[in-house]
Amino acid sequence: MTFLEYAPAPESTAILNLRDEYRLFIGGEWVAGSGTPFASVSPSTERQIATFASADEGDVDAAVRAARSAFRQTWGRMSGRDRGKYLFRIARILQERARELAVAESLDNGKPIKETRDADIPLVAQWFFHCAGWADKLDHVGLGANPQPHGVAAQIIPWNFPLLMLAWKVAPALAAGNTVVLKPAETTPLTAMLFAEICEQAGLPAGVVNLITGAGETGAALVRHPDVDKVAFTGSTAVGREIAKAIAGTDKKLTLELGGKGANIVFDDAPLDQAIEGIVNGIFFNQGQVCCAGSRLLVQENVHDTVMDRLKERMSTLRLGDPLDKNTDVGAINSTEQLERITRLVAQGVAEGGEAWSPACELPAEGYWFAPTVVTGVEASSTIAREEIFGPVLSVLTFRTPDEAIAKANNTPYGLSAGIWSDKGSRVLAVADKLRAGVVWTNTFNKFDPASPFGGYKESGYGREGGVQGMQAYLKAGK
Amino acid sequence: MATTKTTTTARPAARTASARLDVPKTYKLFIGGAFPRSESGRVTEVLDTRGRFVANVAKASRKDARDAVRAARKAQPGWAGATAYNRGQVLYRVAEVLEGRKAQFVDELQRTEGLTPARALKQVEDAIDLWVWHAGWTDKIAQIAGHANPVAGPYFNITVPEPTGVVASIAPQSAGLLGLTSVIAPALVTGNAVVVVPAASAALSSISLAEVLATSDLPGGVVNILTGDPAELAPWLAGHADVNALDLTGAGGLDWVELERIAADTLKRVIRPEPGIAPETPQRILALTESKTIWHTKSRL
Repeated sequence: MTFLEYAPAPESTAILNLRDEYRLFIGGEWVAGSGTPFASVSPSTERQIATFASADEGDVDAAVRAARSAFRQTWGRMSGRDRGKYLFRIARILQERARELAVAESLDNGKPIKETRDADIPLVAQWFFHCAGWADKLDHVGLGANPQPHGVAAQIIPWNFPLLMLAWKVAPALAAGNTVVLKPAETTPLTAMLFAEICEQAGLPAGVVNLITGAGETGAALVRHPDVDKVAFTGSTAVGREIAKAIAGTDKKLTLELGGKGANIVFDDAPLDQAIEGIVNGIFFNQGQVCCAGSRLLVQENVHDTVMDRLKERMSTLRLGDPLDKNTDVGAINSTEQLERITRLVAQGVAEGGEAWSPACELPAEGYWFAPTVVTGVEASSTIAREEIFGPVLSVLTFRTPDEAIAKANNTPYGLSAGIWSDKGSRVLAVADKLRAGVVWTNTFNKFDPASPFGGYKESGYGREGGVQGMQAYLKAGK
Repeated sequence: MATTKTTTTARPAARTASARLDVPKTYKLFIGGAFPRSESGRVTEVLDTRGRFVANVAKASRKDARDAVRAARKAQPGWAGATAYNRGQVLYRVAEVLEGRKAQFVDELQRTEGLTPARALKQVEDAIDLWVWHAGWTDKIAQIAGHANPVAGPYFNITVPEPTGVVASIAPQSAGLLGLTSVIAPALVTGNAVVVVPAASAALSSISLAEVLATSDLPGGVVNILTGDPAELAPWLAGHADVNALDLTGAGGLDWVELERIAADTLKRVIRPEPGIAPETPQRILALTESKTIWHTKSRL
């Protein structure tokens, strides 16, 4: 090791106090599931973390009944002020246990501790803190006086930000007065179980939050349950379509946060140092497993070569490896299925004429890894410019005029996110106006805040999470 | 009430010795600001309440629906890009022109929908007022639905409502003119373009409204009206990949659950059926909008 290299700086897992087996959390009790239990493994080592119960249709029914009963008897009758106090309490406990949650999340998901510690978990606490304050101010969310909760909210979340997506769903639902049944992803159920413990610590009334683990069938049973009033889903566009079909003809309300193929547009007058950092953050944050990732880089033709040279130089400094090491920039891919998908799509991109490049990068022998990759020479019609890869893979296209950049950016059925890099404020605003995307980051990327709505146009789903709009999704106008 | 039928037994009133021979109007579709016949060549006969022939109304086909969506998509960016002040004036202009042609609409509602003179007048005046109400929203909706978000960091962060794009609507089956207005006007406020299938019983007032829209400074293609059979046209609109939202307000009598399922394939925003005309609320306008959030860096001084 030369003096310029980093010494290993692994975060200790001693802070964790995990159980070997986790059950379902229904009606304030830990109950056995009737399905076949499954294991969650750490993506960086393939070692088993714990086993989790699997909820069958009967368990789903029990969870919905517990939520309904809590809605009728406690939570739905409670004053907004008291609901808010519970949520503030939860926010504080989340802050107190932040390090433990960050370690657990890195272990279960494979993402770097740097990100769980500095992004995921602080945002989780912030989300509860923000929504807590809404609970007694619902007359001001824009639906008129005395808006009403829907009732029982069924919530299904993905594996890329396990605890953050839980917070995005649970915090506004509870603030608005709904009770929830939430299903975490089957590859990342761990922090949801720790959240259940936090609900216990906070003394949250039984049945207000119910957590059921399981795979797709468990989620499908939850969506179809006749006593569910509101469905909130974050995940793939394909599953989002199935859910929209399943609730057709019912009174259920629906919000969907689905896939994306975000364009990150770099104009020739962009502040290049910041733009390079923004490109890296836009696609390699969370190994690119982000629905709003800036996965299509649109570079103005005259700066293409400069940008690519500097990007490759910067990518060469990214450190891939142990997610629990504090110096790690790029962690493990969440599952073997996801790794296969990324590998297949990159191979297809090359077969269609793209040129793939990765920095010299030693991949660990165990676990699921994919080196940061940039593919140049991509056409707008290429598969990797159209399909969501959900991995650390950047496709590069060029443009000459702002109109061409806008046309290429909008040339997708998705409409979740976009980025613009330019020093010219008037142009930034004009381009932002014309992009069909729910979130537009200018001279920054991948920023989130509970006071700021997030969500997509077109096939990226409907509804928003965060801000006033996020609260409206959990309420209906009062009578 | 519904006086359309497809048989051809009725005849126009016979000419009497002293009466002037009247000039019946040929009713067509309203697509891209023009009034084409249906490419299918089909028409539906409209009779008055006493069973006398009034007119043949164009019966739109799947191809007409596709042409209408194409016209709407082409016109939408320009309409959305117009200033809110401009859109407000155009919507108010619709009310002005409608006011000037009040007598015609009152007459048509009486003849083909069987309304009493008083009820026909009330409906036309309510429709005019509904256009005025929406005209006033164009420059205010962003102020009640847009926000400067106090995010925790050095960013200027705003959220603005934007039109969702092309909206396909099945108009309410009652109150022809008012029902049609109640689904078109809220979509136009923020800059959507509309393809609408009016109630089969309201064919005359629908195309007369098209004439009002065509002379109200509304850019061609922003509203497209397809007289025809809602049950026949709705599935094509629900499945069209270039339609962003499906307004099923008047589809309660159709297999609307299937329409909602079809719309799920392209993840359209769906407004489920409701009885009567669409409610006059800002939520109705916002149901056809997206929220765009823009983050901009702010330097620390």
